[in-house]
Amino acid sequence: MFSRLLTSALLAGAAAGLFAALLQLVFVQPVLLHAELYEGGELVHFGAESTVSAHPDLPGFDALRDGLSIVFTMLVYAGYAMVLVALMALAQTRGARIDGRIGLIWGLAAFVAVHLAPGFTLAPEVPGVAAADVYARQIWWFATVAAAGIAMWLIGFGHSWVAWGVAVVLLLAPHVIGAPEPDVFTGPVPTEIGALFAARALGVGLAAWVILGGLAGYIWARDDARLA
Amino acid sequence: MTTQTAQLGQATRATGRASGITAMITVALIGLGVVFVTGHVQAGTLHDAAHDVRHATGFPCH
Repeated sequence: MFSRLLTSALLAGAAAGLFAALLQLVFVQPVLLHAELYEGGELVHFGAESTVSAHPDLPGFDALRDGLSIVFTMLVYAGYAMVLVALMALAQTRGARIDGRIGLIWGLAAFVAVHLAPGFTLAPEVPGVAAADVYARQIWWFATVAAAGIAMWLIGFGHSWVAWGVAVVLLLAPHVIGAPEPDVFTGPVPTEIGALFAARALGVGLAAWVILGGLAGYIWARDDARLA
Repeated sequence: MTTQTAQLGQATRATGRASGITAMITVALIGLGVVFVTGHVQAGTLHDAAHDVRHATGFPCH
């Protein structure tokens, strides 16, 4: 069981991570590099110098920096895949059906838990934004992901209005309580770049998670058929 | 004899289920560890190497 879980997760995670990394390099990285020009002070958009081009020359592919990003994205999604496949296996022992199509729904639910739920209040940040203490935000992030993850499970596998009611409370509570916020806003990056960055980061997350869920479900069902 | 075999079968299945659950928990914990180290540990070198990914994945950074 242990090696089956591990190999299924590593296969699905590495493939989804590679896909996520390529999407990030094409769609997110240029926005991030653009933001860094403001973070570093090379571009300024306030006051008298506010007429700056929205299309500056950006550095191209950086083998070391972008190579590390590919490796780390694959690691992050491999880690996520281990949690996902373990939960899929647990659900299967409790009677749930697992295959590629149902895996797509698992991916959607996991995207909600891991990206959309925390991002609803702590939106994906471009470099240079003002933010509260990183440790406080991490605690909030983990608590929110845990609450939303349990909520997704309750929505998917709960059988009563009590379970679904608890799920709604778990989804809403972190945002009603609120995330750690900075005392003052000091971000030098134009709002256009910040909004685009958040939208792109969430979009790439959605694509990566749907692929991860679908692949993990497909691989798991294929092994089921082989072992039967 | 049949009862014994059936009991043995049940015991084996129960053991299989228990080791299955242990494997699921272990793999999930390893996965959480990998996500924590790659996405959240603030040590300098690790942070710099994973910087772009942390921002792009929506992890709290800096």
